[in-house]
Amino acid sequence: MTKSNSLPLTHNSHLGTHSERAEIFNKDFDRTTWHDQTLYMVRQKRDKAAFQIDDWELLRETASQIKNNVLSNMHDYLLQFEENASNNGIKIHWAADAKEHNEIVFGIISDYYRGEIPDDTFKGMVKSKSMLTEECHMNEFLAEKGIEVIDTDLGERIVQLAEEPPSHIVMPCIHWKKEEIGELFHKHLGTEKGNKDPQYLTEAARQHLRDKFLTRPIALTGVNFAVAETGEFVVCTNEGNADMGAHLADIHIASMGFEKIIPQKKHLGVFLRLLARSATGQPITTYSSHFKKPRNGQQMHIVIVDNGRSTQLGREDFRNSLKCIRCAACFNTCPVYRRSGGHSYHSAVAGPIGSILAPNLDMRANADLPFASTLCGSCSNVCPVKIDIHQQLYKWRQVLVQEGYSPTSKTLAMKGMSVVLSNPGIFKFSGKVGRMLMDKLPFLVNNRMNPWYKQREMPEPPEESFRDWYKKNRK
Amino acid sequence: MKVALFIPCYIDQFYPKVGIATLQLLEKMGCEVVFPQNQTCCGQPMANSGYEHITGDCTKLFQDNFDEYDYVVSPSGSCTLHVKEHIPLKGRIYELIEFITDILKVESLEGEFKHKVGLHQSCHGQRGLHLSQMSELNAPFFSKPEQLLKNLKGLDLVTLDRKDECCGFGGTFCVAEEAVSVRMGQDRLADHLKNGTEILTGGDTSCLMHLDGIIRREKHAMQVMHIAEILNQAMIVPSLEG
Ligand code: SF4
Repeated sequence: MTKSNSLPLTHNSHLGTHSERAEIFNKDFDRTTWHDQTLYMVRQKRDKAAFQIDDWELLRETASQIKNNVLSNMHDYLLQFEENASNNGIKIHWAADAKEHNEIVFGIISDYYRGEIPDDTFKGMVKSKSMLTEECHMNEFLAEKGIEVIDTDLGERIVQLAEEPPSHIVMPCIHWKKEEIGELFHKHLGTEKGNKDPQYLTEAARQHLRDKFLTRPIALTGVNFAVAETGEFVVCTNEGNADMGAHLADIHIASMGFEKIIPQKKHLGVFLRLLARSATGQPITTYSSHFKKPRNGQQMHIVIVDNGRSTQLGREDFRNSLKCIRCAACFNTCPVYRRSGGHSYHSAVAGPIGSILAPNLDMRANADLPFASTLCGSCSNVCPVKIDIHQQLYKWRQVLVQEGYSPTSKTLAMKGMSVVLSNPGIFKFSGKVGRMLMDKLPFLVNNRMNPWYKQREMPEPPEESFRDWYKKNRK
Repeated sequence: MKVALFIPCYIDQFYPKVGIATLQLLEKMGCEVVFPQNQTCCGQPMANSGYEHITGDCTKLFQDNFDEYDYVVSPSGSCTLHVKEHIPLKGRIYELIEFITDILKVESLEGEFKHKVGLHQSCHGQRGLHLSQMSELNAPFFSKPEQLLKNLKGLDLVTLDRKDECCGFGGTFCVAEEAVSVRMGQDRLADHLKNGTEILTGGDTSCLMHLDGIIRREKHAMQVMHIAEILNQAMIVPSLEG
């Protein structure tokens, strides 16, 4: 399967920065148009749904305040949740980082098999959408231990068959066209060659997954909201695949980042109204399933993961990125995301929110991401929990430069610019000369090596500057 | 009313006509306009690149030039926003359009400009300074630039498919992310071309410089004018002409 503007399909940033990958993406003009328009349509659906609610902005503000309260009382709510969930018969596990999360999950599976993982195809796990397991690279970890993970969300299954990471947190295969999915399914699921009918392909996926659901004893789901007051958790899907997995399996494992906590059940009335409208423009997800206790004979586990979240909670400027409910509205509205694709972000969570979360996990590997933005601010405006995303992008730039993750050449250029711009004498001089040479601002050098000039003309230098005109004509 | 003009460095050097139009427009509206001679730049290009910590000298110079004025006015939403957020002043800085609508309280302008005009709503002016309502919010419509443009005789304001999408300039973004930047600009222009823009205008010369660069390279039949140039050309005040 080759897609014309596909990128090195991995999350490793050493295979290219955002701008390098985005340049490859943009080589296919028509495909970029298609990607942009597809996602912009989702943004428009969101607008339509949001504007049907008179109190939309109040709803956002309320959600934001509830989440602020959570961030300030995280410790207490987590303990309350643990106590209530444990009383309901759920086993709670705490994971400090990705590795611990993966080991805990493996431990649960291994215990189920009493330490002897059988060597057959039925030992695996079905998994519904969980960006956290992407963040932890759990599938790869379990594969090495001989445990196969089947993604049951249709989009996730598609990228899994293609051996790619998701490119979008809500629509993992949004970068795939239906003809390409037809081809992929022909290869892996034996569908008719050339058939790209979505209904036909979905039915084929259903049958293929049905078999997995029936034969896998372990199901893993994500968590959208964990209610401290009751110890229950809510999983939102459109396909019912989380329910199908959890209801059939002997063991249900739910993985959650600790920020998924909300204080009370009634707060779901705020978040469930916001989530689907922001994500896809639906009034609510098809399934909003509450899991409170294991059914008879079933085990239910929740793995609560930190993996850098405590650090982020401790960074005052970036703390409120943890309010995120992963609706992806900021992706769909982002003019850069729409024209660079999720894989350009080389991080499990792409888009604007990914660009403020990823540097917290690894500054060096993700130092480019806060710069993959024009700071237009559209992301902050659509965010249902009012995260000041574009302001955090700006602040990350400051942190990254000060921590030394900026090329020396850039630092020198900036320092030079600072000297010129803070000395009117030099500025005026270099102004006159510089205007001729066009080298005064970093993007204004008129030669073909200059990225400005590749596809744009330079401004035409005028006879005189404004200040020269002013001296002649006013004072 | 006495007004100090802040003309951002690239306007001073490359687009003096925007500075001149701004000055003449404010004079026509009865302001006494001065241009403090030792001004250079607000420091935004450095700050947005992550170098806010070395902008101290720029900030000091800015304050030295402008602290004595109650009203500082600038024909750039982006630079105005930067000053507002990062440079404490004794007086206050206003973007040109908001100064005209909010301080001079001009409800609408008399004048003539017989063209199909497309307004590029720059992000910093819009989402940063709230010069107009943002398409993401469920909130009543308003637009300060449109308020000034729409009553000009003969002016036909173009309706865009995407009324406030970013043009892709973004400061050093325009070179660091050249491919995406240009593509964003091309898409903005396609929207204007499709809907019949003859003259593309806006309140931020930086965005216009980027778009104009693409227009000229791709040889589109579209002209670019800063909104100050349109208003200055349209507004006829015989007694104050000069
Ligand atoms: S940051 Fe806001 S808009 Fe983006 S995914 Fe999270 S909740 Fe949604």
